[in-house]
Amino acid sequence: MATFLIRRLAGMAFVMFVVSVLTYFIFFVLPGGDPAVRMAGKRPTPEIINAIREEWGLDEPFYTQYLTMMGKLFSGELVSYDQREDVVARIIDGAPRTFALAIGAAIIWFAAGVALGLFSAIRAGGIRDRVVTVLALIGISTPVFLLGALASYYIGYKWGILPDGGYTPVSEGGLWQWLKHLIMPWLVLATLFIGVYSRIVRSSVLDTINDDYVRTARAKGISERRVMTRHVLRNSLIPVVTLWGLDFGYVLGGGAILTEKVFGIQGVGGYFADSITRLDVPPVMAVVLFGAFFIVLLNTIVDIVYALLDPRIRLS
Amino acid sequence: MTADNPVETQPAAEGVSHELEVEASHAPSGTSPWALAWRRLKRNKVSLAFGVLFILLVLSALAAPLWAEHVAETTPSRNNVSGTIIKDGQEVDIVSLEGVPIGPTWGRKYFLGADQNGRDVMVRLLYGARNSLQIGILAALITMTLAVILGMAAGYFRGWTDAIISRAFDVMWAFPVLLLGVALGVALAVGGLNIGPLHFESGSLWIPTFIIGVVGVVYLARPIRGQVLSLREKEFVEAARAQGAGNLRIMFGELLPNIASTLLVFFPLIVANAIMLEAALSFLGAGVQPPAPSWGTMISSGLSSLISAPHQTFAPGLMLVLTVLSLNIFGEGVRDALDPRAKIKLEN
Repeated sequence: MATFLIRRLAGMAFVMFVVSVLTYFIFFVLPGGDPAVRMAGKRPTPEIINAIREEWGLDEPFYTQYLTMMGKLFSGELVSYDQREDVVARIIDGAPRTFALAIGAAIIWFAAGVALGLFSAIRAGGIRDRVVTVLALIGISTPVFLLGALASYYIGYKWGILPDGGYTPVSEGGLWQWLKHLIMPWLVLATLFIGVYSRIVRSSVLDTINDDYVRTARAKGISERRVMTRHVLRNSLIPVVTLWGLDFGYVLGGGAILTEKVFGIQGVGGYFADSITRLDVPPVMAVVLFGAFFIVLLNTIVDIVYALLDPRIRLS
Repeated sequence: MTADNPVETQPAAEGVSHELEVEASHAPSGTSPWALAWRRLKRNKVSLAFGVLFILLVLSALAAPLWAEHVAETTPSRNNVSGTIIKDGQEVDIVSLEGVPIGPTWGRKYFLGADQNGRDVMVRLLYGARNSLQIGILAALITMTLAVILGMAAGYFRGWTDAIISRAFDVMWAFPVLLLGVALGVALAVGGLNIGPLHFESGSLWIPTFIIGVVGVVYLARPIRGQVLSLREKEFVEAARAQGAGNLRIMFGELLPNIASTLLVFFPLIVANAIMLEAALSFLGAGVQPPAPSWGTMISSGLSSLISAPHQTFAPGLMLVLTVLSLNIFGEGVRDALDPRAKIKLEN
């Protein structure tokens, strides 16, 4: 276990390093416009541009610039090209919003996905199964930003049931306001995953439902409810839990960017979306690393949990 | 090369079925797995119907110039802010003084209404379909080609090749897909893209196609690698090697046909994902660049006037959902037909 953890941590560090170099490379090699020219304002003289270049170290070679940026990032001194604001502070400010969005949505999609999957598997082929299947497929096929925009317009603006966007921290508006602003984003972000999960749970339950140990459980005279929850569901949930961890990492690591933009939640994803249009490299860099960190972290956690759930699997 | 091949599997299999036919005249003639799959797919009317729907959508996209020229008599980029049109016997502005575009007329011109620039939404929708479908299909082909080459090389050669490719996959896996796509999209949209002798202008459709194609490779290459790892130990590979077949011949002549059904199952789903990703990138300004139409750009520009002119969002939105839905349902049908006991493979 200890060697496994050490190896995984080393692997994580390596992967994050390569991700950061690649991200820097994308903006350094691809002609994305000289940041010095953009910072110099409307009528830049060559002297001003050169001064800015020197001030920001843009005349240094690639690796020096990269090292400087990473050094600043980890000491929390990194500032953006555009607004010259503290990048790390912005991310620390946005992270609770992204976490609130991702955690709530993940709970909803897991619960709803499992419930719907079980619901349609119990009488597979029946009318309930078909209705759930059709709804799941429509959910999978609808872009999250379209769904979000429609929900925000109709539920939020036209009918006024819920706020049409924005985010209120608990400290400012209380728990109820916080919840009211998050319900719609949670549901919208969860929709796609509910569709996917209900399909997976359905097929996973159908695979286990005919296994010998289920027949044995029935033969012992256990109630059908207990058979389904204790025996069938427990075993068919192993792949779903794995997937859940990976998807949660994906949503934290940038998957929520569309939802954040549509609902105007100024989280980490929203910060990325704003920065990228200005080709503001420092924040982009920081958010990509933030995202990659959670993706890699959740991958590792999933591997460990997987081994705990299923004793046949060894960590190596 | 294949004709003088003594241990070719196909003739041998046919030989067996002929013998059976001689013994029992009622025995079915040899049926290939592909024919069996096709038979199962034909029985699945729903998924077949959605397959037909997708073909109709492709055909309507191909017919875009016909509609534009002969019915609507305009082009996808012709602005008409100050024009008027006769609707219900009255002359109305195409774009009102407040900047609200006209809704669907259900007539020849402005069948689905206009956008803020007075452009015909129906015409843009059809041309947008061309761009969205073209990007989706070509990106899926890029994904598939790269995934097959990398996945097969990693699984077949193992050792150092596998180590390098797999580490690269680990990095790609950890890279937030959407962030990578957006970062590449914005950076390339400004400066264009050079791959060797090929040069793509900054507004070229090839840029989002290329990005979407590359971003998805790892998700397909990993399962292919896993399959090849186990296939390369099978007897038919050994037999081919004993005949003196080289690595390339084994990979593309022996292994590729064996992973073909996996590729076929994944293809419609990859196209569906690519179309969704195009829409998402365009929504964030990192995909198709205006004024070129695509469903993603149309939706994102329509959203700004959702309140006054919802048709601008609903028309491309509905097309997008229908296309992706038809691909998903057809894709599931193909999967069930090829492998009736298919389990969803989560990793490797």
